[in-house]
Amino acid sequence: MPLLSVENLHAGYESGGRLLRAVDGVSFAVEPGETVGLVGESGCGKSSLAKVIMRLVSPASGRVVFDGVDVGGLQGAPLKAYRRQAQIVFQDPFASLNPRQSIAEILTAPLAVHGLVPRGERLTAAGDALERVGLPREALTRYPHEFSGGQRQRLGIARALILSPRLVICDEPVSALDLSIQAQILNLLARLKAELGLSYLFISHDLSVVRYFADRVLVMYLGRIVETGSWQSIFARPLHPYTRALIEAVPTPGRRRHAAPLSGDLPSARNVPPGCRFHPRCLLATPLCTQSDPALRPLGAGRAVACHHAPEEALH
Amino acid sequence: MHGTDTFPTGARATKSLATEAEDRAAAAALGAERSPATPTEPEFWPNVHAPDAARTVTADVARLAPVGRRHALLVFLSNPTAVAGLLILAVVVGAALAAPMLFPDDPLEMAGRPLQWPGQNPRFPLGTDALGRDVLAGLVHGARVSLLVGASATLAGLLAGILVGATAGYFGGVVDDVLTKLIEIFQTVPGFILLIVLVAITQPSVPAIALAIAAVSWPQVARLVRAQFRAIKEKDFVAAARALGFGHGRIIFREILPNALPPVIVLASVTVATAILMESALSFMGLGDPNVVSWGSMIGTGRDLLRTAWYLSAVPGVAIVLTVLSLNLIGDGLNEALNPRLGGEG
Repeated sequence: MPLLSVENLHAGYESGGRLLRAVDGVSFAVEPGETVGLVGESGCGKSSLAKVIMRLVSPASGRVVFDGVDVGGLQGAPLKAYRRQAQIVFQDPFASLNPRQSIAEILTAPLAVHGLVPRGERLTAAGDALERVGLPREALTRYPHEFSGGQRQRLGIARALILSPRLVICDEPVSALDLSIQAQILNLLARLKAELGLSYLFISHDLSVVRYFADRVLVMYLGRIVETGSWQSIFARPLHPYTRALIEAVPTPGRRRHAAPLSGDLPSARNVPPGCRFHPRCLLATPLCTQSDPALRPLGAGRAVACHHAPEEALH
Repeated sequence: MHGTDTFPTGARATKSLATEAEDRAAAAALGAERSPATPTEPEFWPNVHAPDAARTVTADVARLAPVGRRHALLVFLSNPTAVAGLLILAVVVGAALAAPMLFPDDPLEMAGRPLQWPGQNPRFPLGTDALGRDVLAGLVHGARVSLLVGASATLAGLLAGILVGATAGYFGGVVDDVLTKLIEIFQTVPGFILLIVLVAITQPSVPAIALAIAAVSWPQVARLVRAQFRAIKEKDFVAAARALGFGHGRIIFREILPNALPPVIVLASVTVATAILMESALSFMGLGDPNVVSWGSMIGTGRDLLRTAWYLSAVPGVAIVLTVLSLNLIGDGLNEALNPRLGGEG
């Protein structure tokens, strides 16, 4: 049984009387111990999807099933129990820590709220959490502004892990950091995963990060998943023209870049194009694409793609 | 089928970047600098030569800047006008506290010959009024009333304003609509008229006047707090608190309110000044508590003799001006110290 399974999830925001469909029919699963990468441009709905899974935003329709329980409508104690199991690491380490609380307060409050550790031992537990992410215990008395970006992100990870969750959603955890710090944080996440048996939903707009980190990749475009598969097979043979463009866009040393692989901007989720939502930017678009919206169809070997022009035969 | 176990082999197969030899060298290097407590996965990430964050040298988490509150205090105390305001207020507060010791008699009692000018009689440095009451005693005792009304009205106004503003800003939606309408109803009625009506309905006593002033001043606090809450509740640390399962009360009072307070503190110092002015105005019009001296009532009784004994109105008037000025100076200083955009805290 998958740890997390998302079934035909829709979610959006009301803005100016019109519905903005940020997540528009997404289905996928995360197995225990798996790292699933979610890639897509800014504004494609990645973070909204994370917020719906975390129940920070309520789904409009569809199901989020965690460990066999539909968490979409949970309230009160069952919702609190779910929150212990699933945690999130935010993108901006400068916004995700309360500037007026000491690290000790930040790390012990979740333990107090969930009544996990006896009062007298909470500080010790918070210190352990700091050491797990490579920060000294003395940091407990400090305030967030005394730390660098990478250190703050480690604090964010320590806070997410203090409740011993099983699933951690990493919402672009390294995109606000320097390249050298990115590698450190990724390695830390990898080691914590191995030590604690975590599952990750790893969100990024940076394919090279996902490629390094994820077992399986979901490619998201304008609120919908357009291609999935193991990262090896996707990188070896991308089937959706959007995935191909994303991979083309990854800079490689020694390869001269030709024209921009993808032109135009992401259309607004307020105004989704008819037919295939990628067709205005697609090089392969045909009249069929402007009329009919391709479904995500499985192709075998764990691959699935939502494109009229993908090969019909199953992949092996 | 997509378990982690397929990943290391896949990584090795696809990434020709690192040869087997380099792999072993990297693994050895990582293994050497790692503590023996974590004998895991160099083979997981053969192509990466960066240490992970937990193994970097983090012996020193240097104090990058003085802790926020201490820094704000420093900025405040290095501001000469703020310190001047603080000194004036300290004198007024000291006089108010020492009043029963300095002038143990009732300041409303006749103390000497009426209408002695300041300096005329060393027993009455600021003179006596038309009924022979000591002006200095009245001034010192009046400070008690003015400060008490100012402080308690502000406290009550803050309490109501913070509760209403926080609820409206945090919950939003219908709750916000209803509470915003309530705030607007209070704000459309001219404040001082409402105050006079409230005081006229109730018996004029110091607590009633303080509550009436609070009823007039809370909407401003509520608006400010609501705006602060609407902005701060969208921040990631609030989302993190919700994701961690914190209750609404904890998020409102422990996560958001401390971040919303700095401008409210600034507003509070000005609200104290406004409350003192309102109390003086009420007393001047004879709507104050008749059993206590206040600066406003002293000006009011001196008004009739303005042409012959102007000092009767001028002395308490100067006291009001100085007190209100000191509170405004303190408010400016606090604003500079607590507002990150003005280079204070940050």
